[in-house]
Formats: sequence, structure tokens, C-alpha cells
Amino acid sequence: MTARVALVLVSHSVELARGVAELAEQMAPDVLIRGVGGGPDGGLGTSLDAVQKALAEVLTALADDTAGDDAGGGADGGGVVVLGDLGSSVLTVEAVLELDESLTERVVLARAPFVEGAVAAAVTAHGGADLGAVLESATASIRMFAASEATQPPEASGATSGGESESSRTVTVRNPLGLHARPAALVSRKVAELGATVTIDGVDASSVLQLMALGATQGRELRVEATGERAAEAVATVVEMIDGGFGEV
Amino acid sequence: MALDADWAERWVRRTANAIADAKGELTELDRQIGDGDHGENLDRGFKAVVARLDDVAAEPVPADERTVGDVLKLVATTLMSTVGGASGPLYGTAYLRAAKVSGRPQIDPPAVVAVLEAALEGVASRGKATVGEKTMVDAWHAAVEAGEAAAGDGGSEVDVLRAAAEAADTAATGTIPLIATKGRASYLGERSAGHEDPGARSTALVLGAALAAALSGPTPADPRGAA
Repeated sequence: MTARVALVLVSHSVELARGVAELAEQMAPDVLIRGVGGGPDGGLGTSLDAVQKALAEVLTALADDTAGDDAGGGADGGGVVVLGDLGSSVLTVEAVLELDESLTERVVLARAPFVEGAVAAAVTAHGGADLGAVLESATASIRMFAASEATQPPEASGATSGGESESSRTVTVRNPLGLHARPAALVSRKVAELGATVTIDGVDASSVLQLMALGATQGRELRVEATGERAAEAVATVVEMIDGGFGEV
Repeated sequence: MALDADWAERWVRRTANAIADAKGELTELDRQIGDGDHGENLDRGFKAVVARLDDVAAEPVPADERTVGDVLKLVATTLMSTVGGASGPLYGTAYLRAAKVSGRPQIDPPAVVAVLEAALEGVASRGKATVGEKTMVDAWHAAVEAGEAAAGDGGSEVDVLRAAAEAADTAATGTIPLIATKGRASYLGERSAGHEDPGARSTALVLGAALAAALSGPTPADPRGAA
């Protein structure tokens, strides 16, 4: 684990919690993700004790991770982003934070869609983002979801600020399933590393959710555009990834 | 007579009995407009509370060292840990906030009102609900208003609790025609009208038990009895 922000996913159902954790882990393997679900009796519901236990374990793991890191960089900006699925999960997390107010320094509850928020937060955390950035990523997923229902993906702005280089190329999706969850996560993580602003068919390529929302499957031609100092390199890298078929061809 | 920690314990034990007796009714109310687990969940929670009170009673604390808040805090953490549904953190927060304003061996009528206010504030803030949304907030709110009026008129602890319990009962019945806009019942929209809110009903039971515990007086012969 290298990410300094971990996720705890709280659901009424242990299977749902673990399933979403598994999905997010696949897209962000460096992030510690724990799914917690089920009531005190093991049925559907939420257990305060189980949430407290998971938070304690995750915080301990993060602290151990930081202790073993000579740079000690995890001490600031690290922590846990918690997502809950419905009513009592969210209420229980809030109650946990009220019972032990010292937790609120390092634990935040994201008001975000459970699946989309978890995936977005995980991918952002994978890139080493701090607690605030991961929380924002989770929260932003709700706007993303609303926007994709209401409109087509936004058109890329034609204007770019003067002086910055820009680059664009088109590439055809080769793998049958296209930019589904895993490839979308690979692309968005790579884009975050590249240090350039990259769009694919007009959507922010650093957002795993926006890439997935493109629904780009085999045969679709995508326009990859970038601005910034390393624009050409960024475009070449992304085109190469898509053209490579993500190991699925 | 001021209300003390023994009263709080009698209140909680009586609540457990009242909830157990009404389990079927609460579950049926919840089945009509919710997910049908309110009676079962609260019954499990309060049975766990009673079990923990029994554990505590095995190692008695001198009466002047135990506060009303100690008892309410135990209820809060136990309900949060054992109820499982939304009513766990909702009632848990109500008792937790009430415990914070009752950390004394005895509470007088204004302090009883403060306990009710804290509970209302806990439920409303945790559930992000307000009056008239067909939730337990309706019953707590009515109880606070009536309790405040009774205390303002110079009433005793019993007068405050009687006013609060009666108002909560009336308010619970008053949720019947309302259309729910918070909680699970809000998914039903207009179809939620014509049914009593189970949370408002259980709140009325809780406050009815508070009154009964104050009327029953101390029971030194058997402090662990169901009173």
C-alpha cells in the first residue's frame, strides 16, 4: 500500500460492501479499501461496532504504513474517506464520529453515490491524493452522474490558453469491451501521472467515471487531446494504451 | 421529588417492556410504510440495554455517584450497537445528547425539559428532519413544547413528563394523515398518508414509560425488577 488515504465502505449488505470494495480495489490496487456490512445479528442492517472496528483497523494500518515510510509523508493529508449506501449506514457512520470526536481529524464521511463515489475516490487515492482531494473526488461523482443523465458529454472547449502546447490524435478502440471499468481506471491513473490536461472525446480523461460514461466499445474512434507542457507525450501515451487494447485483444 | 439515576433506570426498563409489548404493533405500522423492522429492531436494542443494566447492577454504585446521564449514555451506545436499522443511530443520538445535559445525580423540572430538548435536537439533526414530515421528530417536538409549558407553569417533574407523554401520544396519532417527506416512508409519497408513523409511536411509548417510571417511585426491594 502506498496510498495515504484509505476507504471504508459501509452498506446494509456485507455482500454489497465487499463487492464494491472488490471493484474499487481492482481499479486502485495501492489503496486500502474495507467493505463493512450487515447488522448486529448478521442480517441486513448496519453495525456500529463493525464500523468502529473497521475504522480502527484501517487507521492502524495507515499509521503502520506511515511509520515504515522513511519520508514520513503520510502523516499529513492522510486519513479515511467513508461512504455509506442508504439511511442507517450513513446515520451509523455519523454516530460513530459523534461518539469519538477525535476520529474527525482523520475520518470524513462522503455524501456520494456508493458505487460511483467509491470508484472515483479509490482511483484518486491511488494517485497519492490527500484526504480533501479524495473526498472531493467522491463528492464530485454525484454531479458527474447527474450530468450524464441530463446531457451528452460536454464538448471540449476549442480555446486553449496561449503559450501552452496542445496536441491531439484519434485512435480506434480495439478491445471488445472498450473503456470499461478496468481500462478506464488504467487510463485515468496514467493521465493523473502525466501532468497534462487530457480529454478523450471532450471528457476529462483523469476521471474514471467520465471515461466509463463514454461507453466507448470496440470500433469507436476516440479523439485524444491534451494541453500543457507534456501534451504531445500525454497524447501519445494514451493513444498507445487504447491502441494496445489493454491486454484484452 | 427530583428524578435520579434510579428513575432513569426504571424509565429504561419500562421502555423495554413497553416496546416488547408493542413489538407486533410497531412492526405492523412499519410494514405499511417502511421496511417492517422497527418493532423487532427496537425490541432487540432495548433487551440488550436491559442486559447491560443487569450487568452494571451486579456491581452497585453509590446512588450519589451515579448520574442520570450515566444511564442514558449506556442506553445510547447500546442502541447504536445493537439496533441495526436507522432507529439505532436516531434513538442513540437522542439518548447521547440527552446524556450530555444530565450528568448529575438528580434533575429538576427545567432539567427534564433540557433532556427532552436535547433528545429532539439529536433526532432532528441526525435524521435531518423537521416537524410535519411524519417522523419521530413530530412526537419529540410536541413533547418538548408541552414539557416547556408545564415547567413554565411551575409544574413538577411528573407534570412535565405527563404533559410530554400526552403530547407525544397525540402527535403520534397526528402523523396518520401526513404525507411522509423523510425516511423510508417518503418513497411512498401520498400513499404514506393514512398510516401512523412507527417512529412517532415508539417515541410516545418511550415518553409514556418515563412518566410511569416517575409515578412508580423507587423500588428498593428489587432494583433489578422490571418495575
